[in-house]
Amino acid sequence: MNAPDQLSRYEPDALLRYAIRSFTIPREWGRPTMPTSILQVENLVKRYGDVEAMRGVSFNVEEGEVFGLLGPNGAGKTTTVEILEGLRNLDGGRVSVCGLDPQRESAALKLEIGAALQSTSLPDKIRVMEALRLFASFYKRGRKPEELLQRFGLEDKRNTFYNQLSGGQKQRLALAMALVNDPKVIFLDEPTAGLDPQVRREIYDIIEELRREKKTILMTTHYIEEAERLCDRVAIVDHGKVIALGTPRELKAHSGGATRIEVRLSKAESNGALKNLEGVADAREMDGTYVLHSMRPPQAIVSLVKHLEAEGNELVSLEIATPSLEDVFIEMTGRRLRD
Amino acid sequence: MSNFASLTRTRILLAMRNKMFFFFSVVFPLVMFFLYAGIFARGNPRRVSYFLGPVIAFNVMGSFWGLSAALVMFREQGILRRFHVTPVTATDMLASSLLANFVLTLPTISVELFLTRFIFHVPSLGNLFSLAVLVTVGTVSFGSLGLVVASVTNTMQETQVLNPLIWLPLIFLSGATFPLAYLPDSIQHFGLFLPATYLVTALQSALYQSFPVWKLLIQILALALWAVLTFFVAAQLFRWEPESKIPRNAKLWALATALPFFLLGAWENSNGDILKQAQAAFHSLEQPASSEPHSRPSQ
Repeated sequence: MNAPDQLSRYEPDALLRYAIRSFTIPREWGRPTMPTSILQVENLVKRYGDVEAMRGVSFNVEEGEVFGLLGPNGAGKTTTVEILEGLRNLDGGRVSVCGLDPQRESAALKLEIGAALQSTSLPDKIRVMEALRLFASFYKRGRKPEELLQRFGLEDKRNTFYNQLSGGQKQRLALAMALVNDPKVIFLDEPTAGLDPQVRREIYDIIEELRREKKTILMTTHYIEEAERLCDRVAIVDHGKVIALGTPRELKAHSGGATRIEVRLSKAESNGALKNLEGVADAREMDGTYVLHSMRPPQAIVSLVKHLEAEGNELVSLEIATPSLEDVFIEMTGRRLRD
Repeated sequence: MSNFASLTRTRILLAMRNKMFFFFSVVFPLVMFFLYAGIFARGNPRRVSYFLGPVIAFNVMGSFWGLSAALVMFREQGILRRFHVTPVTATDMLASSLLANFVLTLPTISVELFLTRFIFHVPSLGNLFSLAVLVTVGTVSFGSLGLVVASVTNTMQETQVLNPLIWLPLIFLSGATFPLAYLPDSIQHFGLFLPATYLVTALQSALYQSFPVWKLLIQILALALWAVLTFFVAAQLFRWEPESKIPRNAKLWALATALPFFLLGAWENSNGDILKQAQAAFHSLEQPASSEPHSRPSQ
């Protein structure tokens, strides 16, 4: 289980080595030697009473990338984002956003960031255009509310009260409001939570467009599909720790590119017996379902069926899934990502 | 436009679209007005003039209820949270709600003054400058008290319990509902510890007896000082997040807002003449009509 270390390219001591190496090369003198990321998180610790919600989270986000924090509910994603936005204080570690300390320089920071928060709302009787204008008035620079309305498909809703908007329209308005100041970093906390699939795809299109424009985005999600589709890099977070970090492709490659086979059986089996089957790389039981990983799925299925026949056991169901970040999560934690 | 100005504008807009606001800030005060002027004062101009003070005091003190409810609702629904990631500060948020509330109080008061003058034929509305000063310090100070209440309660339910606990003594023991001089002696003395008493008696003196500002300095200064203190406490205790709990020292801060009137009440009870003025005004109502309050030379 030392895999996550290999994956994280931004370990503090790697940075230190880089700094030392840069420093000893004379022609580098006088220049900034550290590659300064727009968003840096080092060993972040946050406690709520006795509970450690964040237990030393580290990652960097580079300018122009979409970075995803993927993890189950309660993993500490929202806490991380709220600390970076300057909404919460941290108990340990160091963070910097746009070169600013969110805790001490929150006033300056808030001019530079845009955010679509979770569990937030606007007054019922504010009209769409009024909300955009109001929020635009808080900043000196920014985009024209008119242009944002158009871009987010809200022109015909400009005079609609907030409480008359659908869930998808509210979320589009939230994204539009996150852009009113043309921010350097955009925080999207669970941007599609609670939306139905069709609306979710609409939001994906919007985020993909922002990605093409090279906006820096830090988003959180507990949807694997979302992280794979939208993010340049993903940090998988669980119980307040980053357990894997890399591009979706790297992460999947790490799980060996193995296919996941999920079977339900009429009688219980031991994991060990299944693991030793030909073609099966790995087997686990998770709430009644056996999850096998295999590089040669056909062979694994054949040997599984033979084994079951010999044991007098029967297949109840069998599902084959292509490799995804879910497999990385299962491998790291022995649990599924969704609750 | 500054954050403060654009927030104030939005708050005014939102209040005008709110049916509850319309009822509590326009309909209800006017019903009170007709109740006092028509029934208590029986349309007698002198009595109408006497009761106009308490009616306007009701309007002004109503700021307390409206602002506490609005702020708690904004916090509970996560609306404040959204503003927290913008450059808006707690002071912007609080001060804009006070200014919006002040602006929104003026039309109803103007209508009441108009009705007093032209429907109930009261010859003089007293000292309008004193009235303006008192309405200003009154709405700001009672509004700030509402903001403090919003900050020492976690949910709307708690606010709806605490509000009447504060509101009822303020309206019943201050002369706002029953004239102060009509209340039992001990209650009159207790009333001197309440900020409402100073607002009611000062408004009454300004409207009924045409007191200029300099004769109301104690009340005006006390309310102004109290406004500054309550606003400061409200800003200290302000919370953006629905789930963040009240700081431990909050109750102490909230108690501190009672301090100025505790001290003033102690002083007024032994040396002051605000109570005597209120009694004199009340008894003047029973004197024959020849001694019109407005034509009396002021003492």
